[in-house]
Amino acid sequence: MSTASKPGRRKSPRSAIPGFGINLGFTLTYLSLIVLIPLAGVFIKSAGLGWDGIWHVVSSPRVLAALQLSFGAALIAALINAVFGPLVAWVFVRYQFPGKRFFDAVIDLPFALPTAVAGIALTSLYSPNGWIGQFLEPLGIKVAFTPIGVIIAMTFIGLPFVVRTVQPVLEEAEKELEEAAATLGANRWQTISQVILPTVFPALLTGFALAFARAVGEYGSIIFIAGNLPMVSEIAPLLIIIKLEEFDYAGATAIAATMLTISFVLLLLINSLQAWSRNRGGRK
Amino acid sequence: MSNPATDYSLQDPPKIPFEPLIERNSSISEPTWVRWSLIFVAILFLALFLLLPLISVFTEALRNGLGPYFAAIVEPDALSSIKLTLIAAAIAVPLNLALGVSAAWCITKFEFRGKSLLISLIDLPFSVSPVVAGLIYVLIFGRQGYLGPWVMDHDIKILFAVPGIVLATIFVTFPFIARELIPLMQEQGTDSEQAALSLGANGWQTFWHVTLPNIKWGLLYGVLLCNARAMGEFGAVSVVSGHIRGETNTMPLQIEILYNEYSFSAAFAVASLLAGLALVTLGVKSFLEWRYGDELAAGRKH
Amino acid sequence: MKKNKVLLTLAVAFGLVAGAAQAATPELLNASYDVARNFYKDFNPVFIADWKQKTGQDIRINQSHGGSTKQARAVIDGLEADIYSSNNPLDVNAISEKGRLLSADWAKKFPNNSSPSWSTILFVVRKGNPKGIKDWGDLARSGVSVVVPNPKTSGNGRYSYLAAWEWAKRKNGGDEKAARTFVTSLFKNVPVLDTGGRGATTTFAQRDIGDVLLTFENEVRLIKDELGPDKFDVVIPSLTVRADNPIAIVDKVASKKGTTKIAQAYINFHYSDKGQEIFANNDIRPINPAILKKYASRFPELNVFDVDQAFGSWNKAQSTHFADGGTFDQIFQGK
Repeated sequence: MSTASKPGRRKSPRSAIPGFGINLGFTLTYLSLIVLIPLAGVFIKSAGLGWDGIWHVVSSPRVLAALQLSFGAALIAALINAVFGPLVAWVFVRYQFPGKRFFDAVIDLPFALPTAVAGIALTSLYSPNGWIGQFLEPLGIKVAFTPIGVIIAMTFIGLPFVVRTVQPVLEEAEKELEEAAATLGANRWQTISQVILPTVFPALLTGFALAFARAVGEYGSIIFIAGNLPMVSEIAPLLIIIKLEEFDYAGATAIAATMLTISFVLLLLINSLQAWSRNRGGRK
Repeated sequence: MSNPATDYSLQDPPKIPFEPLIERNSSISEPTWVRWSLIFVAILFLALFLLLPLISVFTEALRNGLGPYFAAIVEPDALSSIKLTLIAAAIAVPLNLALGVSAAWCITKFEFRGKSLLISLIDLPFSVSPVVAGLIYVLIFGRQGYLGPWVMDHDIKILFAVPGIVLATIFVTFPFIARELIPLMQEQGTDSEQAALSLGANGWQTFWHVTLPNIKWGLLYGVLLCNARAMGEFGAVSVVSGHIRGETNTMPLQIEILYNEYSFSAAFAVASLLAGLALVTLGVKSFLEWRYGDELAAGRKH
Repeated sequence: MKKNKVLLTLAVAFGLVAGAAQAATPELLNASYDVARNFYKDFNPVFIADWKQKTGQDIRINQSHGGSTKQARAVIDGLEADIYSSNNPLDVNAISEKGRLLSADWAKKFPNNSSPSWSTILFVVRKGNPKGIKDWGDLARSGVSVVVPNPKTSGNGRYSYLAAWEWAKRKNGGDEKAARTFVTSLFKNVPVLDTGGRGATTTFAQRDIGDVLLTFENEVRLIKDELGPDKFDVVIPSLTVRADNPIAIVDKVASKKGTTKIAQAYINFHYSDKGQEIFANNDIRPINPAILKKYASRFPELNVFDVDQAFGSWNKAQSTHFADGGTFDQIFQGK
């Protein structure tokens, strides 16, 4: 990697810090046993169909529409979280206000709440007779049982990823730097955009990637709020379930493998971008 | 420390609490109206997306009053599901904690080829649909799976029993702690460790006395999140559980069963326990802040 | 590799614990469909008492409930159920064909094609029937919103779809094309396709979506009891479908566990007068005519058709309509 040329620090695995071999060994073993080998099963199973078979499954209009919805809605939800997540984290770390600790705690709710419960709760809020839905209905806005509902559910489950990756970095961020910038005559906006943002940006990208990845695969909460109409509000994981209901394991794994591959490529891209921005971002 | 009027000038470096400084120093803070609008927007967002669902869970749970609420929780099937959920989390979280620290250590303290690839592989379970996460164990351990016949011949129960549930939980929560630590440790760099090592500390001492204090809050978040998700996982566990009442139902599955029986308030009563986990986070964090508040303040200066 | 060993030991330990519990009293596991849970809550204790009285032996019956096909899949993939009970014969066939866990002639092992009970699809409408829904034809009218679960993922949805198809076909003198047109316009009126019957009920009753809900007869009383006694009315269409509830011993599992004898007694008990009465009390139609008559007030006269007769066979109905790329998919893809 190009970072090796960075001055002032030795960056080879043979640095003074010990434990590389054993930790990497443990990580790779665990990763292989728990994740990679089991996931390989998906690819082996779908490979039974051959390229033509996989293509036939994935290129059907219904699957394409579902993939488009899953990835598109996940992207929008992750973007919403990428805007509001850092804002929330910033407010928690830097400001004092009544009820702060409570709100801080509530952030983890989407993890703890079983996805089905989240789906039910969100549906009851946003359905036309729900607490929020009743106000949207007269405006002609339908959330529950439409693709907007999918985005809402995905935003819900993804939010903690962004907040919880940005928050610790903000907490650790050195305020001296901000003070220095201010002393050097930078106004607040310049300080934020040129000192704080670059520090937080890698973490933000990570949070974005995770929220996105999680939303793409989400099933439990979405089926309650989506409406599940083929070609309109049917998500890809539901199609996997439908294939399984037809005892079509190969077809199910073909969709799963396609989703996995796309997600993985996107994750790899974002993580490479993250590494690049971290090196470029002037971390000291 | 007990005396707030400590003479700061006698300390080296001067230990000045931050918050009041920020209040006073406008150059590194925002005008009051900006601050309060930001707080307002953040709270509005959280209220819409998090608080209202939380309130609706508790409203439904308490619809029939406190008596039925507690009755729903101490019901034998509900209790056995709580027990199973605790067992699964008690196995999954420590294992993923070990992985998380280990993976974060090699990723952030060393440079090597394929690092982004490794990080992406660690992220992978997040992007795997819970449905698929359950399916992979069916493909392996199912009767027609790769290892299924062997496992069945030896009378080892994995699928539709506790081990399958534990495996699925480990898979789904696999990246949490690693992912919490990696950005934090990246931001911190390796200078502190290099310094400790050059002063003669060994690797373990360096980790224990230098790295760990710096990452403890990230570590705590990671463990809490991992635990929350481990207890709340529905989709993957649903595939491998078999839904045997009183035996292989975890809390989320029990909730689904109750909901499907139109026992809405009982379903939400069990759900409120899981929602309460988020409030446990609050408790643990407050306790640690109270207990180690001084260290935390010092830790920020590292 | 050490890790592997640890996991294996762990797995074995759990296996042993599970195994040890089993040795004490014989246990049956009944993997059943979703809406049978109320029935089996009543039925199992009565059978356990009956068995104890006849043999002096204590037994335990564990229940697992889920979507019918999901349960069939779990059994095929290794869920050690001695008994599989379903709301359609197709899923039992799957256990036989894809899992080879029970013999292909399972339907001949017990009376009435191994189906001790049946149910049917009715309409639930809002109190007073404001949209004036009387028969299938009204469901395809514009302005009527129909809640029905996804035929791809629920037996309930499948039966509703087939009943609508058969009604339209008969009305148009056997014209399949007209049937397809009718079913297409009916599903245009469906705003939400829940994955299961109970989900559809919640959408209809709790979220106030739709003018009519298509559901099993045995669900109707439960809906009224649990979700509002004076909020709904029932409409009986001029033609509806007979939904048999077959039950079978999963031979391979039962013989391995040595529970075949108990399992046989368990299924036979479904046909006993006691068992038939429990069906009737849960609004599932018993096959014993005397008991059906005794509960006639619960079970109005119906004009029903049989899926095997109307569509050739269940397998054929499945492959024509619900398989990947089948009629149902085409309807939604506008082909």
